[in-house]
Amino acid sequence: MSAVVDRTAPERAAPEARWWQAPPRPVWEEKPGRVGVAGKGIVLAGACLAVLFPLWIVVVTSLSTRHTIDEAGGLVVIPEDLTFIAYQELLSGGQVTRAAIVSVCVTLAGTLFSTAVSVLAAYGLSRRGSLGHRWLLMTLLATMFFGAGLIPTYLLVQSLGLTDTYLALVLPSAVSVFNILVLRAFFMGISPELVDSARIDGAGDWRILWQIVVPLSRAVIAVITLFYAVGYWSAWFNASIYLSDQDMMPLQNVMIQLVQKQEAPVGVSQAIKTGQVSGLAIQMAVMVMALLPVAVISPFVQKHFKKGMLTGAVKG
Amino acid sequence: MSHSTVPRSRAEAQTTGAAPRAAGPPAGERPGRKPSGRLGLRLRFRRDRTLILMTLPAVVLVLVFNYVPILGNAVAFQEYDPYVGDNGFAAMLRSPWVGLQQFERIFADPAFWDAVRNTLVLFGLQLVLFFPVPIVLALLVNSVVRPRIRAVSQAILYLPHFFSWVLVITVFQQIFGGAGIIAQTLRRHGHEGFDLMTDPGIFKFLVTAEGVWKDAGWGVIVFLAALASVSPDLYEAAAMDGAGRWRRLWHVTLPALRPVIALLLVLRVGDALTVGFEQILLQRDAVGPGAAEVLDTYVWWNGVRNQDFSYAAAAGLIKGLVSVALVLAANKVAHLMGEQGVYKK
Repeated sequence: MSAVVDRTAPERAAPEARWWQAPPRPVWEEKPGRVGVAGKGIVLAGACLAVLFPLWIVVVTSLSTRHTIDEAGGLVVIPEDLTFIAYQELLSGGQVTRAAIVSVCVTLAGTLFSTAVSVLAAYGLSRRGSLGHRWLLMTLLATMFFGAGLIPTYLLVQSLGLTDTYLALVLPSAVSVFNILVLRAFFMGISPELVDSARIDGAGDWRILWQIVVPLSRAVIAVITLFYAVGYWSAWFNASIYLSDQDMMPLQNVMIQLVQKQEAPVGVSQAIKTGQVSGLAIQMAVMVMALLPVAVISPFVQKHFKKGMLTGAVKG
Repeated sequence: MSHSTVPRSRAEAQTTGAAPRAAGPPAGERPGRKPSGRLGLRLRFRRDRTLILMTLPAVVLVLVFNYVPILGNAVAFQEYDPYVGDNGFAAMLRSPWVGLQQFERIFADPAFWDAVRNTLVLFGLQLVLFFPVPIVLALLVNSVVRPRIRAVSQAILYLPHFFSWVLVITVFQQIFGGAGIIAQTLRRHGHEGFDLMTDPGIFKFLVTAEGVWKDAGWGVIVFLAALASVSPDLYEAAAMDGAGRWRRLWHVTLPALRPVIALLLVLRVGDALTVGFEQILLQRDAVGPGAAEVLDTYVWWNGVRNQDFSYAAAAGLIKGLVSVALVLAANKVAHLMGEQGVYKK
């Protein structure tokens, strides 16, 4: 244990001892001017603020009491006696609770399905020269150049009897060819010796995929999973044209009704009328519910984004 | 365990029938040529059936939901009536064929030309106002040398990419809407409020701004990767030759970004007629179709809302055909300019 510490300690101390100290510049590089640094800092901080400030307002307003909101005349910037009453109202059954459950279930099931199908297809296509490899790949690739169009797709989903089922939210957009290409490019980069030796030891393709390829590709699979999950979580259009029952609607669609059309959610409207909770806080709370899962999960996958974005895009 | 990593010779692997990879064919063999060509079809099937089986779910999904609807575009040449059959397919078989009548109706419809104009204007605006933002942001982030600040600002800038359009538009409403924070503050101080969200005059700028807020930060990734691959030696050599900060930017950094910029431009131009369907659909009611109707929402309005399926399918078909032509043309231009484009020649 101590040997390990001894070996790493001097390395760590040298280049970045404190995070606010810049790592040393190469000797040929000019020292940055004060104005330049300040200018860059202001622009970058401004860009970050442009992202964070609106979210701040939404979160703070969702946590504010009716009194604070009335006092501010609407949205609240500076938090004052915070309360979770809006969330309690929303999550105590009723329309929004149901919609949130629908969204979570569709997202989980859809993501699992899409990721599984994509990983399988990517592995199936990862060996050049296998039977049908070229044709199967072309079949997938060609779809990146054309779209069949909204109306024919709509009529197809109707003909298949998928309308008013949750399958209509998953199947039509289940596979993203781009994601398959990203995974495939990554799988093809795995050392062939590893795969070959496993094959000689008698492992079949299923076993190779599950015990060698997948463990080596965790990072890129995490990124693809996130992409699919965000896609399902954010989707509202398919629900709006394929579902007619309001009780089946996912969270995004309920948010459209709530925030854009200024309707109070069923089950909470009573609490708003009696003045227990502000309608605005309810709206903002729904927004927070929609953004929270994404905002919490995506930073963890951030360091792998580059891999997910680039491996497939460049190699094709 | 079977996945032992003891490497054996490749020759042995090949004689046991394992598919050799294109990555390492013996020298002298042409890389494009399938080394397994000498095997019989039946043998190859037996060897590769698991791979084919694994690919099937995705291929079937794509065939059903991407290829079959292409045939469905036949309704564009019909007077499709959803009520003459039990389902869409049966109704299609029984609907009368009308030739190019739907297309004539579309070309005579001023609303269609409005949609075309709105689409093109929006495309131009996005190209001019959106496209350069990620490049500038990437240069900015790249010049930040402190790793912690860099990681945090990247995380913040990426975040809106993962928000749904519903959320993005709602966030904009809280800032620029009639009840938004700006209008609210103005009113508190005795000024008149305003509502940018329902103003048809600035709608196209609003749409572009929403796009920048959501995706400009995400666009940074590609450029950052390109910047990271520039050899520091180039900068050092340029500095030795007396090139200052800006000259290095112009002569080293920007040339390194050129292929990426060209590729993204090609992709964008190929996709010119798609200017944000969900985003605009969500705001169509607020500003009215005059300013907000684009080709995609025109198809949606006529097909899904007015149930005029054949008419909408015809409009969609026009858009689809022009889009394919644009993709091919954009690639051609890229090849002529010596760039790679989306696919190779």
